[in-house]
Amino acid sequence: MEPAYVDLDEGELELPADPMHLNLGPSHPAMHGTVRIVLELSGETIVRADVQVGYLHRGFEKMCERGTWAQVFPYVDRLNYVSPMLNNVGYALAVEKLCGLAVPERCQWYRMILGELARISDHLTCNGAMAMELGAFTPFLWFVKAREMVWDILEEETGARLTHSFGRIGGMASPPTADFKGLCRAALPKILHLVEEGEKMLLKNRIFLDRLENVGTISGAAAVALGWTGPCLRSTGVAYDIRKAHPYLKYDEVDFDVPVGARGDTLDRFLVRLGEIRQAKRIIDQAIDRMPDHGPINCDDPRVVLPDKLDVYTTIEATIQHFKLIMEGAKVPKGEVYSYTEGGNGELGYYLVSDGSGTPYRVRIRPPCFQITGGLSTLVEGRMLSDIVPTFGALNMIGGECDH
Amino acid sequence: MSQFVLDRLKERFGTAILETHSNFGDDTATIEPTQWKAVCTFLRQDPALDFDLPVDLCAVDYPNRKPRMEVVMHLYSVSKRHRVRLKARVGDEDMEGAELESVTGIWSGMNWLERETWDMSGVRFRGHPDLRRILMYPEFEGHPLQKTYPADRTQPLVPYRTEDEAGMPIHKLEPFGPEEGMPFGRAGFTRDEDI
Repeated sequence: MEPAYVDLDEGELELPADPMHLNLGPSHPAMHGTVRIVLELSGETIVRADVQVGYLHRGFEKMCERGTWAQVFPYVDRLNYVSPMLNNVGYALAVEKLCGLAVPERCQWYRMILGELARISDHLTCNGAMAMELGAFTPFLWFVKAREMVWDILEEETGARLTHSFGRIGGMASPPTADFKGLCRAALPKILHLVEEGEKMLLKNRIFLDRLENVGTISGAAAVALGWTGPCLRSTGVAYDIRKAHPYLKYDEVDFDVPVGARGDTLDRFLVRLGEIRQAKRIIDQAIDRMPDHGPINCDDPRVVLPDKLDVYTTIEATIQHFKLIMEGAKVPKGEVYSYTEGGNGELGYYLVSDGSGTPYRVRIRPPCFQITGGLSTLVEGRMLSDIVPTFGALNMIGGECDH
Repeated sequence: MSQFVLDRLKERFGTAILETHSNFGDDTATIEPTQWKAVCTFLRQDPALDFDLPVDLCAVDYPNRKPRMEVVMHLYSVSKRHRVRLKARVGDEDMEGAELESVTGIWSGMNWLERETWDMSGVRFRGHPDLRRILMYPEFEGHPLQKTYPADRTQPLVPYRTEDEAGMPIHKLEPFGPEEGMPFGRAGFTRDEDI
């Protein structure tokens, strides 16, 4: 559908009344993410909706074909920029699958804890922003305050609040700080407390509930056919969670539930995300108890892992190894692999093709919210214009990820 | 795990399955492009396979191979918990015949994925209801993920200012040179590189 162009210089301005074309976006204050929805309206009812994405396209996949395998990490940070750690871990696991590497146990627990922290921040942002777009500003501030506590921990660990670039092939950039467990233990109850406060404000609010209930309803079968995954799919009652269905890292050793919805409406998506925040806390609690305090964080494969800095400065072998790894990149065996993890929005997949050199031949990311956003038009057609705001908010479209 | 899927495909389609492998545990079948839709229909409808979740669709460009484009599809079955990767090779070096039948009728989620594959790699899908560009803008020329598309090429919608227009010297540099930033000893795509 073509966007409506109106020449405002013409003396008489005649707008077609029925059906009326309306451009919502690309930058609309009531929508998060840069996306345009071209609407055909009859009164306030949406007859047809055309969702147009791509405003944040930065050629991620093309850029990856130019650097080394390790240089992809900063790019994946900027895909889903509210949970970059999950992207980092997902990409590291994909390359490790291609190399046939397994990281030490301590690193697996560490990745899980950081990943679940990122998941909390992802869900807090989504739920908070959606509430704000419906006019509930206070819970948004509380959720963001809680998110800031998550980011404080991540900053302490990685040195960056948001774009950590912390993953490495075969491990992590640095081991956990001495106080890591203490920080998590101190912050998590506070985060949960803030979540509960915000939840109380929203879930007893008639206006909020009325705008969410039975809005943007989708059946489980339709959601699966659209390729939906993650909290949006689980809100329809399909309990597909990669952490349970195909456990990676140590997810098969921890105890957690998969919250599912019943009706598949916007309220269910909101509640599923809140449920997942609590489950993430459960996972982190168990992982903290079980993560060893000592032991290696990187695997000891000199083909991919950088040597110790002290050795680089004192021995010629380590200097050469360092030089080769940085300048030529780690050589990844020839082949193709598809690796998938549970990202903030659902199945985050990487399809990697290697020609055996230090540069990826093809990096294909499967961003979960691309297909979720693809289903938006079917959710809003036949509904009122104002229903777009909560429906779109609850899908959690992240521009960087959706537009590659 | 699901060598079963590949066996079942071979049993049903025989010689239309060109090659299969299960490297790294990913079951992969390369199929005859003419059978693309038939295989997809079978994968969706066969009760023992029941591939209901369209995971991903993309294309990988091998400019020195014939056919050149490899269209890669990933599917998952929520009920059976198995996956399969389907590949079809299409198109000659000028992208002639880079066409497949659309499978949007089987999985509605393929709509956007096929548009993206067309936009990024230039593979057409016959029978797609609305094959427009999705990530790039309509005025964009070419398909950026083809290896022959230069990585340093820019197509600004609003032309860069000239020095005359700006009234002062502009020291604006190109974003990067064709080989800039590439790892040591590695050059961009050349025709005689054999992969």
